[in-house]
Amino acid sequence: MQRPPGAAASPIAIELIGINKHFGPVHANKDIHLVIRRGTVHGIVGENGAGKSTLMSILYGFYTADSGEIRVNGQPHAITDSRHALALGIGMVHQHFMLVDNFTVLENVVLGAEDSPLLNRTLEHARTQLAALARDYELEVDPDTLVENLSVGQQQRVEILKALYRGADTLILDEPTGVLTPPEADHLFRILKMLRDEGKTIILITHKLREIMAITDEVSVMRQGAMVRTLTTAETSPPELAELMVGRRVLLRVEKGPANPGKVMLEVENLVVTDDFRIPRVKNVSFSVRAGEIVGIAGVAGNGQSELLESVSGMRDQQSGVIRLNGKPLSLEGDDGAARAREAGLAHVPEDRLRMGLITNFQEWENSILGYQDRYGKGLSLDIDKAKEDARAYVEKFDIRPPTIDLKTANFSGGNQQKIVLAREMERNPDVLIVGQPTRGVDIGAIEFIHNQIIKMRDAGKAILLVSVELDEIRSLSDRILVLFDGEIVGEADPAVATEGELGLLMAGVHAEPAPAAGPGTLPAHETAVEKTLVERGPDSSSLKDSQQ
Amino acid sequence: MKPLPRWADSVLLPLLNVTLAFFIGGLIVAAVGQNPLQAVGIMIYGAFGYGNGLGYTLYYTTDFIFAGLAVSLAYHAGLFNIGPEGQAYFGGLGVIFVALGLNGVPWWIVGPLMVIGGGLFGAVWGFIPGYLQAKRGSHIVITTILFNFIATLLVGYVIDTVLRPPGADNDESSPILAITRVPQLRSFIPFFGHSPVNLTVFLALICVGLVYWLVWHTKFGFAIRALGQNPVAANYAGISNQKMIMLVMVLSGALAGMVAVNNVGGVQGRLILNFVNGAGFVGVAVAFMGRAHPVGVLLSALLFGALYQGGSELAFSMPGVTKEMILTIQAMVILFTGAMGDMLRIPLQKLFSLRSSP
Amino acid sequence: MDLYLNLIYTLASTVRLSVPIILACLAGLYSERAGIVDIGLEGKLLVSAFGAAAAAAVLGSAWIGLLVGILCALAFSVIHGIASINLKGNQTISGVALNFLAAGLTVFLGNSWFNQGGFTPLLKGSQRFLPIIWPCADQVKDVPIIGPIYANLLSGHSILVYFTFLVVPFTAWLLFRTRFGLRLRAVGENPKAVDTAGISVTRLRYQALIITAVLSGIGGSYLSIAQGANFVNNMSNGRGYIALAALIFAKWKPWPALWTCLLFAFLDALQLRLQGIKFPIIGEIPVQAIQVLPYLLTIILLAGFIGRAVAPKASGIPYTKER
Repeated sequence: MQRPPGAAASPIAIELIGINKHFGPVHANKDIHLVIRRGTVHGIVGENGAGKSTLMSILYGFYTADSGEIRVNGQPHAITDSRHALALGIGMVHQHFMLVDNFTVLENVVLGAEDSPLLNRTLEHARTQLAALARDYELEVDPDTLVENLSVGQQQRVEILKALYRGADTLILDEPTGVLTPPEADHLFRILKMLRDEGKTIILITHKLREIMAITDEVSVMRQGAMVRTLTTAETSPPELAELMVGRRVLLRVEKGPANPGKVMLEVENLVVTDDFRIPRVKNVSFSVRAGEIVGIAGVAGNGQSELLESVSGMRDQQSGVIRLNGKPLSLEGDDGAARAREAGLAHVPEDRLRMGLITNFQEWENSILGYQDRYGKGLSLDIDKAKEDARAYVEKFDIRPPTIDLKTANFSGGNQQKIVLAREMERNPDVLIVGQPTRGVDIGAIEFIHNQIIKMRDAGKAILLVSVELDEIRSLSDRILVLFDGEIVGEADPAVATEGELGLLMAGVHAEPAPAAGPGTLPAHETAVEKTLVERGPDSSSLKDSQQ
Repeated sequence: MKPLPRWADSVLLPLLNVTLAFFIGGLIVAAVGQNPLQAVGIMIYGAFGYGNGLGYTLYYTTDFIFAGLAVSLAYHAGLFNIGPEGQAYFGGLGVIFVALGLNGVPWWIVGPLMVIGGGLFGAVWGFIPGYLQAKRGSHIVITTILFNFIATLLVGYVIDTVLRPPGADNDESSPILAITRVPQLRSFIPFFGHSPVNLTVFLALICVGLVYWLVWHTKFGFAIRALGQNPVAANYAGISNQKMIMLVMVLSGALAGMVAVNNVGGVQGRLILNFVNGAGFVGVAVAFMGRAHPVGVLLSALLFGALYQGGSELAFSMPGVTKEMILTIQAMVILFTGAMGDMLRIPLQKLFSLRSSP
Repeated sequence: MDLYLNLIYTLASTVRLSVPIILACLAGLYSERAGIVDIGLEGKLLVSAFGAAAAAAVLGSAWIGLLVGILCALAFSVIHGIASINLKGNQTISGVALNFLAAGLTVFLGNSWFNQGGFTPLLKGSQRFLPIIWPCADQVKDVPIIGPIYANLLSGHSILVYFTFLVVPFTAWLLFRTRFGLRLRAVGENPKAVDTAGISVTRLRYQALIITAVLSGIGGSYLSIAQGANFVNNMSNGRGYIALAALIFAKWKPWPALWTCLLFAFLDALQLRLQGIKFPIIGEIPVQAIQVLPYLLTIILLAGFIGRAVAPKASGIPYTKER
């Protein structure tokens, strides 16, 4: 491991020496050495499954390393649990918030750090502390609101307050911007810079290169469980980091010709959809998708995408509005609406394959017919032979590994699981294909394949609705972009012309003014449209198997 | 540590769990001052050693197969049906109404009708909790247990007011004439002595095959397994979860109703109070022990049938040991194979790793 | 007898009948709020009833009986804890299995030890918890209106009854005003939040299970050594399930739980009074029709005709540190 040349002589806050961690047969952290200096923002970057979260979880006491040493401020410590880590001043802001939704902000902050067995005094003390922290670091949140009523950005602030309340000197943030709009992300970076300037140490785990470049002082790259290199941010660049992350030159551009849109296949008119708590999530949305075109819906997670997909695919009843397929209105009421959607010629690759699109305990061939089981066999009987035959064909065509159709689906990697879903939905020759987060938790080789498959479907004349929180994916695949914010379509853009800045503003609910002809927008200057080299993927970690393609 | 090989997972682990339950049962026997090994010997002889005993074993097994299939079918859909006791009891009304209505007509006509009657009434008793779970989200475990209580009261009331012949003292219905009853095997196989095993034992075997085919070779079975594994994915697949829940509970209740055909239509030949006598609850144990697979259910039912008959023999021969001890072992079987099924998994995995490493 | 007096007697009866249900319900409250589903309340009531009666008969003291009853419930709670928390097994199955175990074990041991067909010997005198008569109750009882309330409704219950009604406000205070209560509620909603705050999820859940055991142990013991005078087969008779239904209906809150349990107990008390009474037109109501009322009401409550309830989020899900 290389020390960055001419590193600042800042004292070392945290040092990890020879850290190893196994989860069963998986070697998640391989002999990691890492030096983090006090008063810096130190980035840890790597692909899904590279081992970043595991490493930080060890530092935070959530896991224990199999071997190796941790030194905090020069002293070795065996960090056995989170309490110990907190006592050493190490606090963590998790990717999926560790908050109790039906508690207030105050109750969440004091949980586990109460002064006494009775709550009254504790809460009063916390209230004063929070007010002080809010002043110092722009972390304003109403202490008496229930967490479930806060925005995602505000919830993240509560997470940070929790750590600061406990006197953390070192803050670890795990993929913090995955659920934030660009302006919220900027605000977060401001907060982090303020904390750093006060002498706190920030460790930022992310797979987003632009964040690394924007805010870190040093960056360490991990790949497949090992620490590859540590560099000074000012002396490196996204292409170099990308190459270190993946281990080879990365040039990822989807090859696609111009679109040739035909007639309107999917029409959504004045759609209103409520969620399980009767709150409207899709508010009067209208759009159409033509045969042979890809319409991409951009937006930060939680703005109604899930409800939109569920409603168009028949999984969720709509409050009002019309959905037409090939001119005919669809009636998708009842909890078997999805069957009727399929009959009408719609296929659906869901956002969350593990929760919705696959039954992990089923064998691979059974998942190959999930949703289409009624087409196999006459009457009540299931034609298992035909199902297996089709499954074998898909496995070959989509290069699904291992090619064992009897194997339980849980044993396949994320990328292969996604291929099972794609094969199933694409090979039915649907007229309309709706796809949610197609490359979430999928590794780079499979991503290229999946993107090419989607383009192929488009060129074969299918109408494709693509929903993704990864703006780069939307921009690279779509022929037309619609931006969804708070359940409404707030703008339409031409991917060839629209900039990240414009789209970012729309995604944040700000109505964009026409952008200057050539200008950087609100994001750092080094980003240009031409130099895009890496398609970024979703923040969710998946099994380590992904990195072993 | 590697996962267990399939045979160890499906056969060895459950076998060990059951052995553990029996071992503890043996401790209880010893605690009341008796010899456990001698007890086991008496039980095995009582269950299989002579014609009469074997006949009784098979008679109990029949009930347990029906109840076990009922529970395991529902289990595949993710539902814990603890109601076969009440569903069987209510099914008794269906059987007796048909039988008394056609009293005197030969069994080969009335028999299938009793099956339909028992099945229908059992189905209704399963349907209501199923409906409440599907449409109102009421927890099916609690509702089916409560429906057991309600069935007892309801059927008791009907026997008392409608079915009891005028002037009779006993809480039971009029008898079914011999020609209408399901014939017992001993009438053509004298080996079975005085035992009540009857033609329904073949019905039970047919049901085993039917349930197997239904769950793994039909679209319906695919749908209920999907529902049981992942209701969201089932919704995605266009399966109506609500319809499936209700349908499964109907079928489950119908299977439980077959217990009534065995008892009311065959053995007792009339509707008596509490004829189910705990068979519904044994069905729960049988289903878990048999991992909800029809063949497992068959074998477990046989085991419990042997336990019951052997236990009767034992209670006869050994003072201080009663049928409640069987209940205790049964409960421990559910506990070990159901909730604590993984208790022996880790030690077993370690054992296997040791053997396979160089 | 005059109607008012009848009402007071029925209410007094309600109070007494409500004790095991309230205690079982609160017992379930602690478990469920901590994220453990406990269907085994019925079984705990049964074993503690048996243990208490057996111990009181053999050792001669009601208090020792109570202690033994609690210990029996505790044993069952620990098994449930091992199955649910340590082995991460299915909590529903564990509860059901433990109920079966209780049913079988109590009769089996009862028979082996006492040879009375599963019953324990009848308790006399100090082997039971006797009613506590408040001062001057006898003199006051004829005073119009207040008299009967003082003499029959307030006075004359065993100590366990008064204890039960104190547990309700105590529970409300414990859950919402103390550090323990905050952590308990948190672990039922988001155990990961608790774990990352450095608090042991396992320890908290076991603490909840112990409280469950103590409360249900007292409830069960009450059945056999306070309300009754011995253990009878299947004594709990579904009260554990009714308590569960009451808990769901009360949306896991202590005060609504109290009112719901009192409602059930009222029906139970009513049912005892109405047997054998001839009504105009309808004539005598069949005994089964009255006996079925509590169960029927439970079903109606569960059918959610009175609003839907949202359980603690992590209820029934074993906690694992995932990757």
